[in-house]
Amino acid sequence: MTDATAASSESFRWLQRRRRFSVYEIAFWLATVVPFFVFPTYLTLASQIAIAALFAISVDLILGYAGIITLGHAMLFGIGAYTAGLISKAGWGEPLTGLLLAGGFAGLVGFVVSFIIVRVRHLALIMITLGLGLLSYELANAMEWLTGGTDGLQGVDIWPIFGTFKFDLWGYTAYGYALIVLFIGLLLSRKLVHSAFGLSLRGIRENLKRMPAIGSNYRGHLQKIYTISAAMAGVAGALLAQTTSTVSLDTLSFQRSADVVVMLILGGTGRLYGAIVGAIIFMVARDQLADMNPQYWYFWIGLLLMFVVLVTPDGILGALSRLARIRE
Amino acid sequence: MVIKQIAIVLFDGFAFGMLLFVLSVGLSVTLGLMNFINLAHGAFGMLGGYVAVASMQYLGLPFFLALPAAFLAAAAVSVICERTLFRRLYRSDELNQVLFTIGLVFVAAAAAAYVFGTSQQPIQVPSFLRGSIEFSGMRFGAYRLFLIVVALVITLLLVFGLELTRFGAQVRASVDNQRTAQGLGLDVDTIFAITFALGSGLAGLGGALAVEIVGLDPSFGFHYLVYVLIVVSVGGLGSIAGSFFAAALLGICDVAGKYLVPEIGSFLIYLLLVAILFVRPIGLFGRR
Repeated sequence: MTDATAASSESFRWLQRRRRFSVYEIAFWLATVVPFFVFPTYLTLASQIAIAALFAISVDLILGYAGIITLGHAMLFGIGAYTAGLISKAGWGEPLTGLLLAGGFAGLVGFVVSFIIVRVRHLALIMITLGLGLLSYELANAMEWLTGGTDGLQGVDIWPIFGTFKFDLWGYTAYGYALIVLFIGLLLSRKLVHSAFGLSLRGIRENLKRMPAIGSNYRGHLQKIYTISAAMAGVAGALLAQTTSTVSLDTLSFQRSADVVVMLILGGTGRLYGAIVGAIIFMVARDQLADMNPQYWYFWIGLLLMFVVLVTPDGILGALSRLARIRE
Repeated sequence: MVIKQIAIVLFDGFAFGMLLFVLSVGLSVTLGLMNFINLAHGAFGMLGGYVAVASMQYLGLPFFLALPAAFLAAAAVSVICERTLFRRLYRSDELNQVLFTIGLVFVAAAAAAYVFGTSQQPIQVPSFLRGSIEFSGMRFGAYRLFLIVVALVITLLLVFGLELTRFGAQVRASVDNQRTAQGLGLDVDTIFAITFALGSGLAGLGGALAVEIVGLDPSFGFHYLVYVLIVVSVGGLGSIAGSFFAAALLGICDVAGKYLVPEIGSFLIYLLLVAILFVRPIGLFGRR
């Protein structure tokens, strides 16, 4: 009995150690404030990056930690965006409740979808997520009376946050708002992945057959994390809708689903910050190369993907941490 | 009148389905064989299309020589890719396979846009394939009839080759149990390379055949990838009969949806995809 408690408190301490903030993390979050003072003209881009990073973290939770490959997560992003947009068009422009409602609705949809997700694996899983993504795009396109079709949802009017911080043209409020939501999202995800639940998710990723054998309810775990990830993707979508005051069909597009996976792979899966680093690099590169024909932009993305898979399968952060280990 | 309309939809849909069958059957077999998720399969189809168009335009090859040229080119390029790149990924997980091959699709699309531009490519089919054939008051496109004949011949050849030849038996053994087949002294590696080349060659042929019906531009590899994957996953891996029925079903549903209820577009086929995979995750004819 005492042995068991000793062992469990030992593993508890291990988890707690993992949960501690490192110097790099603190430095990183301090650095996120820099754009306010140094690049005020790029604040809109910075808020887009924060939103993309939050979306990438939501994908990391299921793809990096639980091993659910998805090519259709934009469905939940888009549902969040349309929910937030429609709530404000219905006359309620308060951003925080809008954000929560959008996240809640996306989470609900995610919960329903999770019953399908846990049934399938391998190619069928990829195809189901892809199919659901394409399905929601076509549905939104067909439901023009609700979504505005290809014109998108115009005239989304968002009230100031707490009645004081108005969304300005420069994006000060937008970036601050997106950054704080991203930070909260990261804190929650951190807590989640460094918990016993997070460990069992990793177990599912590593060996699905062994988990039931040690008494783990893997289906329940997968459904739970998928629902959480869906809600987070919905919040990211809602942030985009609220900070840009529009919702377009491309929030649901396959392109968005693919881009977010690319960001995640680029930064490194299964390490939360990989999602953020990937989002920063991807979005900054796309902004800088904006005059390039999109065809050629994807040429480089394609080469990069092939390179990452063959040379650094754990992304930029993975390569960096390996370098650091070699130096030590 | 209604019956005639239905007959036309069925005919056009079946012809489109046969095109999808030729495009995707190779992927079904290679996926069943090596469990390698090759999303670049559609890109080999695109390659075949461009080879056919270019060889007719610049080399003056007739249509019926351009088709085998497309087959050979796609087979050759695919085997080079397989030997140098893909084989490194057989042991890695699905995510890496998906990412790598999708990266290849991006690169292929950009390369096609660079060489041929983004406009639709024209193809000149022989005059006797251009018109239509009248039968009891309905007009059937000659080219679509030709497509059905080609696909049926290919199906027969595949079934015959897989069931009755020595090589076919080796492929079946490797699909069923790769380790045991290897243990019995089969050179699974070479078998796979040959099957991969044949499958990609068929995709190339399908791409060449598709130009007349659906056109050809750099997004071909992506656009038809979705169709190809639907055929493969719905039909079940490694099953030729499954691919055949899934392709026919998909072709008919797609054409029926576009003719009869254009406002919901492709919604119908995606719904069908999700529903079928929800009920039978291994596909209609899949065995594992």
